[in-house]
Amino acid sequence: MSKPVVATTSLAGCFGCHMSLLDIDERILDLIELVEFNKSPINDIKKFTKKCDIGLIEGGCCNSENVHVLQDFREHCQILISVGECAIMGGLPAMRNGIPIKECLEEAYINGPTVKNNTEKIIPNDPEIPIMLDKVYPCHEVVKMDYHLPGCPPRADLIWEALVALITGNEMKLPYHVVKFD
Amino acid sequence: MNQIVKITIDGVECMATKGQYITDAAKENGIYIPTLCNYEGVKPRGSCRICTVKVNGRLMTACTTPVSENMEIENNADEIQELREAIIELLFIEGNHFCPACEKSGSCELQALAYRFHMMVPRFPYSFPQQEIDATNPKLVKDQNRCILCKRCIRAIKDEKGRSVFAYKRRSRHVEISIDPKIGKSLSDEMAQQAMDVCPVGALLVRERGFVVPIGERKYDNEPIGSDIEKLKE
Repeated sequence: MSKPVVATTSLAGCFGCHMSLLDIDERILDLIELVEFNKSPINDIKKFTKKCDIGLIEGGCCNSENVHVLQDFREHCQILISVGECAIMGGLPAMRNGIPIKECLEEAYINGPTVKNNTEKIIPNDPEIPIMLDKVYPCHEVVKMDYHLPGCPPRADLIWEALVALITGNEMKLPYHVVKFD
Repeated sequence: MNQIVKITIDGVECMATKGQYITDAAKENGIYIPTLCNYEGVKPRGSCRICTVKVNGRLMTACTTPVSENMEIENNADEIQELREAIIELLFIEGNHFCPACEKSGSCELQALAYRFHMMVPRFPYSFPQQEIDATNPKLVKDQNRCILCKRCIRAIKDEKGRSVFAYKRRSRHVEISIDPKIGKSLSDEMAQQAMDVCPVGALLVRERGFVVPIGERKYDNEPIGSDIEKLKE
């Protein structure tokens, strides 16, 4: 039997969840035995080359590119997992959700205390740049997500347990200290 | 003299003092009934409904219902647990609870209940309400994003003349907690700390203080909420 294929991506995240995945220490050697990686920043495969079994999503959707990537993952992956608070509820980027997008952009590009040299008061709007969404959306409000692993980042043990349980079909062990929202 | 009555909680026979609230009676018998708006030493209000139990077949709030002879109480039934989970999830989506950015994370009762009930994600869509932070008080910061409107601060924190330091402002879904501008100005450090401790979430924070206890060593980081009560049974 061929190994299950895993893909990962970071949308509006900080790559902390990917760091936490690497934080499984020497178990990473076991992981390589267990699964094959496809599209992922870990191996730098940029495009899906086949259908995948598991997709790990870090970060919520803050712009059109995030939505596009997430939909691409949904199309290519059997099972999608929201990894971390940002994927689950928008996380820290979603702290802008109470502020109108216009005000956010003006603060970032025109009125902010660190803005210099923008004398023409330009807010970037080149069609090449992904357009910002009105707010940051949790992944499961954009596509169907199958599982959620909370944490900021989710503890390495939680990610490991979830992956192994999913691959082996065994029940997940969830000690109390492993599931945390911070 | 106190009259002792017999009650059953999930079929287990327990002794209680007549007139005692169900939550307190359960606690004395080593049974944890989850509470959130309830605070020891403050008159119960029964507003959050987390402590809902079935009393002789009817849903009641355990924090406001006194025990009586032969009362049959259901606490751990699936139906009730499901209801409690739904309340917790609703509280999460109704406010802006960014746990990673909150000073109360790890000692927050709402979060601890979510841990205890194994909440991975709320089933309801997030509402991301627009809320303000009030940093005008010299001792406290009030973050309405995190407030669950339990009224614990209003009921528990009084000045030396018995006046409430906190109050409700506006109505309906616009309702919020406000700190009395006059009494609030003369808050002592102890009272400010007391207000922060009374708040089950991170809506009231003492200014210029943080991470006194590091993440990972806080109250609910290693022991689920209610485990201190359940230990009494052993």
